[in-house]
Amino acid sequence: MSAETAVKFVTPTPEKEIERVKKWINTEDYKEKNFARTSLVINPAHACQPLGAQMVATAFEGSLPFVHGSQGCASYFRSTFNRHYREPAAATCDAMTEDGAVFGGQNNLFEGLENAYALYKPKMMPVYTTCMPEVIGDDLTAFIRNAKQKGLIPEDLPTPYANTPSFNGTHIHGYDVMLKSILQDLTEGQSVEGKCTGKLNIIPGFDGNVGNLREYKRICDLMEIPYTMLADTSDVFDSGCDGEYKLYAGGTKLEDAAESINGKATVSLQKYASTQTMKWIESEFTGQKAVLPMPFGVKKTDELILKLAELFDKPVPEQLKKERALAVDAMTDAHQYLHGKKFAVFGDPDYVIGIVSFLLEMGARPWHVLVSRATKKIKKELDALLETSVYGEGCTAYINKDLWHMRSLLVTDPVDGMIGDTHGKWAARDAGIPLFRIGFPIIDRVNLHRTPVIGYQGAINMLTMIANKFLDIKDETCEDQWFEMMR
Amino acid sequence: MAEKKMRQIAIYGKGGIGKSTTTQNTVAGLASLGKKVMIVGCDPKADSTRLILHAKAQETVMDKVRELGTVEDLELEDVLKYGYSGVKCVESGGPEPGVGCAGRGVITAINFLEEEGAYTEDLDFVFYDVLGDVVCGGFAMPIRENKAEEIYIVVSGEMMAMYAANNIAKGILKYSSSGNVRLAGLICNSRNTDREADLITALATRLGTQMIHFVPRDNQVQRAELRRMTVIEYSPEHPQANEYRELARKIFENKMFVVPTPLEMDELEELLLEFGIMELDDEENVGKVENA
Repeated sequence: MSAETAVKFVTPTPEKEIERVKKWINTEDYKEKNFARTSLVINPAHACQPLGAQMVATAFEGSLPFVHGSQGCASYFRSTFNRHYREPAAATCDAMTEDGAVFGGQNNLFEGLENAYALYKPKMMPVYTTCMPEVIGDDLTAFIRNAKQKGLIPEDLPTPYANTPSFNGTHIHGYDVMLKSILQDLTEGQSVEGKCTGKLNIIPGFDGNVGNLREYKRICDLMEIPYTMLADTSDVFDSGCDGEYKLYAGGTKLEDAAESINGKATVSLQKYASTQTMKWIESEFTGQKAVLPMPFGVKKTDELILKLAELFDKPVPEQLKKERALAVDAMTDAHQYLHGKKFAVFGDPDYVIGIVSFLLEMGARPWHVLVSRATKKIKKELDALLETSVYGEGCTAYINKDLWHMRSLLVTDPVDGMIGDTHGKWAARDAGIPLFRIGFPIIDRVNLHRTPVIGYQGAINMLTMIANKFLDIKDETCEDQWFEMMR
Repeated sequence: MAEKKMRQIAIYGKGGIGKSTTTQNTVAGLASLGKKVMIVGCDPKADSTRLILHAKAQETVMDKVRELGTVEDLELEDVLKYGYSGVKCVESGGPEPGVGCAGRGVITAINFLEEEGAYTEDLDFVFYDVLGDVVCGGFAMPIRENKAEEIYIVVSGEMMAMYAANNIAKGILKYSSSGNVRLAGLICNSRNTDREADLITALATRLGTQMIHFVPRDNQVQRAELRRMTVIEYSPEHPQANEYRELARKIFENKMFVVPTPLEMDELEELLLEFGIMELDDEENVGKVENA
């Protein structure tokens, strides 16, 4: 069999026509039509609510996430975490089927909770939903209460629950409502007048980078600030390999989470992934509260460290001062390779705001900035951020656009590189530019989820990744006379 | 021998208008003409077949699914019953009020019937008797994907029944653009309102269809229902039985299948004004209490 007959086009469209369309989708004309699109989303830069809920449901000690809904949805969440962290992602599902859709999912929930508890003896089972039970209006409050009344699971087993329909919001909203529900459940009746644990509650938000979480903890340790991370996925999704499988590895301790209501201060580092949680914490928790931007780059890391120093009345440790100096040095060393370079950035709002801020610091230009399913408030914040720097001039922030829009932007108004998760690889390939993988999920590279991108250390890591890639490209593509020993 | 085509018919109309009674009496009429008919009840209340089966309530598809835990273990004979004159009867059933999704129940039931071969070739007619308010996609299942292509709307001379009929016509219009669904006529189930036949004829004309039959009001229907029977079976000689046989004959002979032209709200109100169903009041009085 010849090669020609072995591979056949699945379309009867003539090759000439395919070539014509291939050229056409790179034109301004196509871009206009693409941006006029209203009812169709192509390669969205976000996942769904229950996926976010699952991340936080996994992040507590002995916690077994429980999906009320369809098996396929549950598999999607698990495989996404599997592929990103390259770790198991234990979660259970009550596998609603046709009859569940008609009669409601109470029986599924009953059997599921009973089985999962009997088999896996979790300390907590957070329940969250897929679309199906949300469309038919399943009443989680009543179902879970009934399950406990029937004695299927112990009365005192924490079973926080969140309604997380996928057709509404994104993974960061699911993260938010699930975190709020877990904290409400665990802190109930724990508030003691006048009591203060002296600890910091730190909320990292939806962050697939366990390196970031460890960096936050390291900063707190260096500053000698006792903390509780709400919630901590770092050891859950990066537990190491010692020959023994642990179903429940790591996670925030339930008693620490219960005591968090009496903390000295609560700091959220993802405004948009903790809106509802922080609103509730604002009224229920003792101590001071602060919502800070993710500490991307030097300026925003300074902001975090100074805030922590202020809240806990601690000096900035010499070690951090030294690390800051190293970061500034690294930025100076690398700035000539980033200065003036144009970037496309996409992802979750808190990540994108942080990355844009870092790029501006480096004198790079965040030329196309894209956040899908975002509010006008996020657009305003991005616009204001771009206006703070001369390097923001001419840059545009897009909201409620997808990665097919991004492709049009890349081919009609080219940039030097793109920053975002793995989903951007097609657009980057079509545009012939490198994709710097920062965000979630990263399912086609290794170890990036262990490499922090926040803090001073994160700034150095990002510079290393970006500047060296540009230098690689130069070495690979330059003509012989420009192939230099030194760069 | 020419290929016989099974005609699938859906009956819609406002809740309480008499769809189930009219359907069963009409089906009895067709059966008495020697036609093979199946009734598929698409209503969680499951009262679409009781007059044919002389039964209080039939065991529904969803009842059995609930009992067995899954639709995969269900057999056709568990839910398919034979009634008067060999009429096949199935009820979709559904969840208790307030839980789950009744619309999905209709979809599940009809898919089951198709997969299990309930639509046998010897059938001349399949009738779907559908819940009054087409509240979601599930209750449109009978007119999706080339199932029922003929729709009759049961209506009376009351304002709300006519509103409902017009809304159903809007739904048919939507489906007719993507398939072969057509409006086949209005069945007037009389409530003895003034000039009822004229009014429904006028409405039918405006919708681009016909009033296929005017079924007069007669207590004989209720007397038969007390025995859980159709009038045709209970008292075949009664004039009311003739009315249903006449309706059955007209449906059998009907060739007028149209894409409806639903009315705008003010057009419908004009029609009601014209026939004195609604009285004109000054616009400024709208929303004022009686003696204000």
